[in-house]
Amino acid sequence: MSLLSHLERLEAEAIFILRETAAQFERPVLMFSGGKDSIILAHLAAKAFRPALSPFPYLHIDTGHNFPETLAFRDRFTAQMGAKLIVRLVEDSIRLGRAVEEKGKFPSRNRQQAVTLVDAIAELKLDACIGGGRRDEEKARAKERIFSVRDEFGGWEPRLQRPELWNLLNGRIHVGENVRVFPLSNWTELDVWQYIRAERLPLPELYFAHQRACIVRDGLLFPISPFVRIDPEDDVRRTQVRFRTVGDMTCTAAFPSDVRDVDGIIDELRASPVTERGSRLDDQRSEAAMEDRKREGYF
Amino acid sequence: MELLRFITCGSVDDGKSTLIGRLLYDSKTLLHDQVAALEQSSAKGGNGLNLALLTDGLRAEREQGITIDVAYKYFATPRRKFIIADTPGHVQYTRNMVTGASTADLAVLLVDAAQGVQEQTRRHAYLASLLRIPHVVLAVNKMDAVDWSQDVYHRIRDEFLALTRASGFSEVHAIPVSALLGDNVVEASTRTPYYDGPPLLRYLEDLEVDRPSDPERGRLPVQLVLRPSDPALQDYRAYAGQVTSGAFRPGDAVVVLPSNIHTTIAGIDRYGEPVTEAFAPMSVAIRLRDDVDVGRGEVIASAKRPLRVGQELRARLCWMAERPLVPRARLLLRHATAASPAIVTAIESVVDVHSFTDQPAPAQLALNEIGKVRIKTARTLAFDTYAEERGTGAFVLVDEASNGTVAAGLIIAEEPAT
Ligand SMILES: Nc1nc2c(ncn2[C@@H]2O[C@H](COP(=O)(O)OP(=O)(O)O)[C@@H](O)[C@H]2O)c(=O)[nH]1
Ligand SMILES: [Mg+2]
Repeated sequence: MSLLSHLERLEAEAIFILRETAAQFERPVLMFSGGKDSIILAHLAAKAFRPALSPFPYLHIDTGHNFPETLAFRDRFTAQMGAKLIVRLVEDSIRLGRAVEEKGKFPSRNRQQAVTLVDAIAELKLDACIGGGRRDEEKARAKERIFSVRDEFGGWEPRLQRPELWNLLNGRIHVGENVRVFPLSNWTELDVWQYIRAERLPLPELYFAHQRACIVRDGLLFPISPFVRIDPEDDVRRTQVRFRTVGDMTCTAAFPSDVRDVDGIIDELRASPVTERGSRLDDQRSEAAMEDRKREGYF
Repeated sequence: MELLRFITCGSVDDGKSTLIGRLLYDSKTLLHDQVAALEQSSAKGGNGLNLALLTDGLRAEREQGITIDVAYKYFATPRRKFIIADTPGHVQYTRNMVTGASTADLAVLLVDAAQGVQEQTRRHAYLASLLRIPHVVLAVNKMDAVDWSQDVYHRIRDEFLALTRASGFSEVHAIPVSALLGDNVVEASTRTPYYDGPPLLRYLEDLEVDRPSDPERGRLPVQLVLRPSDPALQDYRAYAGQVTSGAFRPGDAVVVLPSNIHTTIAGIDRYGEPVTEAFAPMSVAIRLRDDVDVGRGEVIASAKRPLRVGQELRARLCWMAERPLVPRARLLLRHATAASPAIVTAIESVVDVHSFTDQPAPAQLALNEIGKVRIKTARTLAFDTYAEERGTGAFVLVDEASNGTVAAGLIIAEEPAT
């Protein structure tokens, strides 16, 4: 009898969680953003039910500020997996007056995204949304349960969380409530990349080195896009970069890199001096930025 | 690389959060922006680097300077991967300690050298033994505050060892440390010549974690049935679940409990690919030779070592809700993948928080109290005792009105009639 490797253990745990989700909920969805964590989730969801099909449709909350590369990847990947894709647009929430556009140089649609998600949950009567959040990402996330109960407003109340013991996941909720499910809770960023390498998962090309025009700001490189305002004093350069996470074009920083494959990413990560969230403008706004957004219904 | 899950516990202000911060900081697991954020928020307090801020992630925790909820931290050295659960010391958060302990291989119990062993220390040692965490490290912290006194260290160590002699830990290892200054955390200290063991991190890296699972006692609680819609696979039917203990192979004689169906394993598939063996903690799907009707909540078990079956349980219960548990309470019991309405028919005893002995016949179990109870379930369950197997010996109770998880239960054996 041989032992399971660290990655195999994480995989077995995530698959256990996905199967519990299928068994305990009526209308679960898998939150798909086209980023590496959601690609892993989708892959695990396919594995968990083989040779049957995964019961989870994908839900993408499209902020309208996505990289075109991510959207193209999303459509390619979804077709390849034979999955059903549901898209809800932040643009629509703004148009309907449900959410108000931020102003400024790097207008973020993070808060607005929560509105669209909560509306989609009500509209589609979803009782579980599976997300790729990991506890190692951020301090507030470190307190998150695997089955995390949200009220009708999508709010997270950290002090009232249910104790989660052994592997006994309590998915019972009242009508109108929903559960956010985090199968990758115990994965680190390094585990994610090692798993991507082991399973040879496809990725958007944004994760690899490419030429791109960026604004240099506070030592970070922000991609030029139709959504950021370029001022005359801005230091704009075209340079070779890659992205460590793929969020919105307005809040995801690039960094100089010539890495073209997953091996290179793993080497770079091992030597890397900053965390993943350090390249996200949305998380740097304040110390409790993530906690506040989660309370409002963000993932 | 092997994985070690551990929990830090002890009384409030003994330095748990600081110790974890020190482990992360000195093992160079912290990244530039985390250090920058730490320095920035420490500066607000004005007392140098505050390592505790690394784990106290909630706004209320930073404002009140205490740990409210379990925080999980991840770090790796070239030798091992670690998952730490930092748990609160306050009495009112004991349920969080139990939560963190339920999946831990080891507990690091802190004692403030200047304060000595406290009621919370004894309580946490008791809980660690109750939840059968096999290994305990006693970290006698704040040695700087007692002038690195050998006497103080030995007195606390000996008191603790005497206290836990009967606790069933396979090993208790004591280390004198200063989380604040870093002595014996990652680097060995020159100020504790009377201690010749390794620093904490080295001890954690080298410890052999024995997971005593009997290979003969195979258990797979069925999560769901896989039945593909593809017409080419219309005869395919497999029972998906995670092996909680032991091992299975094709050809093994098994029994499905509680329905008591005897059959043989036709094949085992792991994510759609056939495998020759499944062992804990693999997630697989088992195909059975006979065309039987098996559903979620049943357990596939080695025929040689079946589980107990019944509608009456005896258990240790840790009560986790504000509203006390009273006899005849109706709740929902979740055990492995099964769920059943249940009635707590009797509260036999409650643990006295000072003497850690069982006091008979309490009127109720209050928040954070632990007692022995009897439970009757509406459905028949298949179970082991917690001492035999964590996976099939543990359960939780859910309040059907609030849906909250209100108790952690450990199944115990019937005492032989005297
Ligand atoms: N002198 C001294 N103080 C310490 C040491 N470790 C922690 N402290 C202090 O003790 C207080 C409580 O620490 P904290 O880590 O928040 O304790 P927790 O409640 O157990 O998490 C803080 O003021 C720390 O700076 C130590 O080794 N020596
Ligand atoms: Mg603390």
